[in-house]
Amino acid sequence: MFAAARLPKRLPNVGRVPAVARTISTTPCRRSDALFVHRDTPYNNPKIPFQFSAENVKRADEIISHYPPQYKKAAVIPLLDLAQRQNKGWTSISVMNYVAKYLEMPPMRVYEVATFYTMFNREPIGENFVQVCTTTPCMLNGAYEILDTVCQHLGGIKPGETTKDGKFTVIEVECQGACSNAPMLVVGDDFYEDLTPSTTKKILDAFSKGEKPKPGPQSSRKTSENSAGLTALASEPYGPGVHCVEEFR
Amino acid sequence: MCAVTWDFCGLGRRGISATAPRQADITLTVDGKEVTVPQGSALIQACEAAGSPIPRFCYHDRLAIAGNCRMCLVEVERSPKPVASCAMPAMPGSKVWTNSPLVHEAREGVMEFLLSNHPLDCPICDQGGECDLQDQSMRYGADRTRFHEIVGKRAVEDKDLGPLVKTSMNRCIQCTRCIRFANEVAGVEELGSTGRGNDLQIGMYVEKTMNSELSGNVVDLCPVGALTSKPYAFHARPWELKHTESIDVMDALGSNIRVDSRGVQVMRVQPRTNDDVNEEWISDKTRYAYDGLRFQRLTTPLVKQGDRFVPAGWEDALIAVADGLKASGATGDEIQAVAGHFADTESLVALKDFVNRLGSDNLALDQVGGTAPPVANVDVRSNYLFNTTIPAVEDADVILLVGTNPRHEAAVLNSRIRKSWLHTGLEVGLVGERVDTAYGYEFLGTDAKALADFIAGKGEFAKKFQAAKKPLIIVGSAVGEHVDGAGVYNALAKFVEKNKKTLVTPEWNGFSVLQRVASRTAAYDIGFVPSKKASTTKPKFIYLLNADEVDPKSIPKDAFVVYQGHHGDLGAQLADVVLPGAAYTEKGTTWVNTEGRAQLGRAAVPPPGASREDWKIIRALSEVAGSPLPYDDVLTLRDRMWEISPSLVRYDITERTSTELALAGLKALAERTAGAKVTGATFQKPIANFYQTDPISRASVTMAQCTRSFVQGENYGFSEIGKGSEAAYA
Repeated sequence: MFAAARLPKRLPNVGRVPAVARTISTTPCRRSDALFVHRDTPYNNPKIPFQFSAENVKRADEIISHYPPQYKKAAVIPLLDLAQRQNKGWTSISVMNYVAKYLEMPPMRVYEVATFYTMFNREPIGENFVQVCTTTPCMLNGAYEILDTVCQHLGGIKPGETTKDGKFTVIEVECQGACSNAPMLVVGDDFYEDLTPSTTKKILDAFSKGEKPKPGPQSSRKTSENSAGLTALASEPYGPGVHCVEEFR
Repeated sequence: MCAVTWDFCGLGRRGISATAPRQADITLTVDGKEVTVPQGSALIQACEAAGSPIPRFCYHDRLAIAGNCRMCLVEVERSPKPVASCAMPAMPGSKVWTNSPLVHEAREGVMEFLLSNHPLDCPICDQGGECDLQDQSMRYGADRTRFHEIVGKRAVEDKDLGPLVKTSMNRCIQCTRCIRFANEVAGVEELGSTGRGNDLQIGMYVEKTMNSELSGNVVDLCPVGALTSKPYAFHARPWELKHTESIDVMDALGSNIRVDSRGVQVMRVQPRTNDDVNEEWISDKTRYAYDGLRFQRLTTPLVKQGDRFVPAGWEDALIAVADGLKASGATGDEIQAVAGHFADTESLVALKDFVNRLGSDNLALDQVGGTAPPVANVDVRSNYLFNTTIPAVEDADVILLVGTNPRHEAAVLNSRIRKSWLHTGLEVGLVGERVDTAYGYEFLGTDAKALADFIAGKGEFAKKFQAAKKPLIIVGSAVGEHVDGAGVYNALAKFVEKNKKTLVTPEWNGFSVLQRVASRTAAYDIGFVPSKKASTTKPKFIYLLNADEVDPKSIPKDAFVVYQGHHGDLGAQLADVVLPGAAYTEKGTTWVNTEGRAQLGRAAVPPPGASREDWKIIRALSEVAGSPLPYDDVLTLRDRMWEISPSLVRYDITERTSTELALAGLKALAERTAGAKVTGATFQKPIANFYQTDPISRASVTMAQCTRSFVQGENYGFSEIGKGSEAAYA
């Protein structure tokens, strides 16, 4: 109303008056970062066939044999993992349907599991699945620098995206449990720890050439020992009786 | 849409397990009051028993316990935290407070969290006025919000569940009642929750409709406005509606319903709790066919002149009938009365009396072979009743279905079988057309020969049946209409006789006939069946009482036909005079369900136009035709019903047929059908399209949409949600 009072009496002759913002105020909506419903796409629809390879059938049956026959469905997570590995690292709708059929359970029960666990990728990923940890210990040790390096080095993609050549997918993940070797990233099943921007680039270069760099700490450390050198247990362990009183020597 | 089409039911997988209830009672104190409940009850039940109401969203008596809404928190002595009373078993000697400051604070906290993601759209929400969240927030809600989230409230895509259930998923508080109902009761295992965590949403994950004949019940179960009724959307507010407790007539179960009306219109139909009949579920046809009451109605008497109907006054119409009767020259059995699906007991009695007074015994039923005496001997009630009674179906340990698909013939009864199948070791066998029953069954064959094999004890299932303690045979009403009907009844009667030790005992009668038509049991009860002599007579005067399934070819060309009913369906087209009657929501009449339970329906709205209550029309006609019936009001008519059979007016109960009488009835049945030949023709399911079986549902737009989307599989009656671009997300 106040705005209307201040309007000039004669509007300049410029055709339609641009719509003044008079929207009804609404609460902004918070959308989820992942889609928790399935949409048929050319690359992901139930008509694309999937079934276990002969070798994986053997494995699947072995996994199922761990559970009582009436609770066969307990094998859903290992079977989804097995199927995801066979399906280039992602769990398509056909994979879920196949697992449901394999375990004689309603497909919805499989969808529920697959949408809960973030390690089931419901969209295709690149050949190398780079997961950069940015939880507190890694963050304090420069995880964001590593993440930026990865993204820059892969041609300026953003976390969650795949490179154009389909070789790398980068995502940001929560703690992977390698805090003593922070910062770290995961490629496929392997941890690359104690990273610096330069070692990160080296790892990525190796992967893009199709090689597999040695997993583990990329510093001089062997595992998670003190990076400043040992402060305890540095000398030979003493033998029996060393600190005992005379009688017990 | 989805390539997964295998049948889960056939695999014998029964997901839900439950422990057997224990019988001991325990005593505890709730709000200072001592209360005794059976051991194993939830604390919330003990609190209810003590008269302390507990607010709840996720807990429901008839569903599994989820314990996820946390609204039912109570304080228990020596418990460090408030306890969710639905998930906590009642313990002997414990002291519980349901109204302490701690409880209030806890519930207020829970309510605040629930409301943090709930949109403030109550003014445009259909649940408004009957919303649990609204009601409970009046007591436990804060008067202002403390949430100022910059990112806003959670937004969830609406789902498309078909033409019956409308979704507004932003309102969902994730109580999972709908999921539990769909999985446990309805057998729709496609409904679930995806993205568990902050982004949890209810749905099917893939695009699918909720294809179940019980899907409407999720609307009632939803404590908020997330699932509402699509046909009823934005039509009325609950406080504007007049509630009338009545009885459903869409199938023979006699589900207890509440008809909600505004003015002269039925706005919706809701279930009423009756543990002996429908628990608290009703089928979608019961719930949504009411819009058929508005279309195709007969509102004024019509008299045929040439090839068109001319509206007439009642007097003219009745005189036209009386003249027609005279002119047709029909005497004795040439006067035929046909009882249709929606004929109420009062009008059946009046019509039978009227026709009998005219000297005729030609009382036909509106079904295949309805002009012949019924295959089953209806002199004994147990030959055509669902003797086991509906609640006792859950006690059966083996069920044999003969020529029936209970899912479509009695959807609510089917959910009981499913319940029993899930929670106990119930085994089901089926002779008849293969159908999806929502539970696993052993398929024995499609014809009477398969039944003969079963009776001869061949096969695994026959052995199980022999070993069962409480076996149950459910014979479909279509068996009596089948060419092998006599043979089947004969074989079954002998089989029951032979196995009377388990099948017919004072505690258990395992021979049940499942009727599928609301009026049929009452018709048998009053003897509305033709005599043998009458059935061979060619009728000259035919009185169709709500009969819309008649074969037009079966009506002689020169016969004078009167149709009395409420819809301009098939029957009215055949008539020379049409008398407009009242539909089931417009008259207070007696309905006898398949168990023989008489229940009183009540008028919710007046009959439209000039239409009248059916028995009154027949009474008036009898006056005009010159042989007046001796009752002038409904009470005298019910006295007459008492004379015919007292069970017709002993409302709300079932009466057992004694063991001796039941066996005598079966013996008579066996004698009557002795020597019947068996052709081995396959049984056909009598209901091909669940959604359109009678004049009301055929006139219903909602049912037509259901037919197109569920039966024909078209994307019809669906909203456009979910069809848009996914760019906003991916």
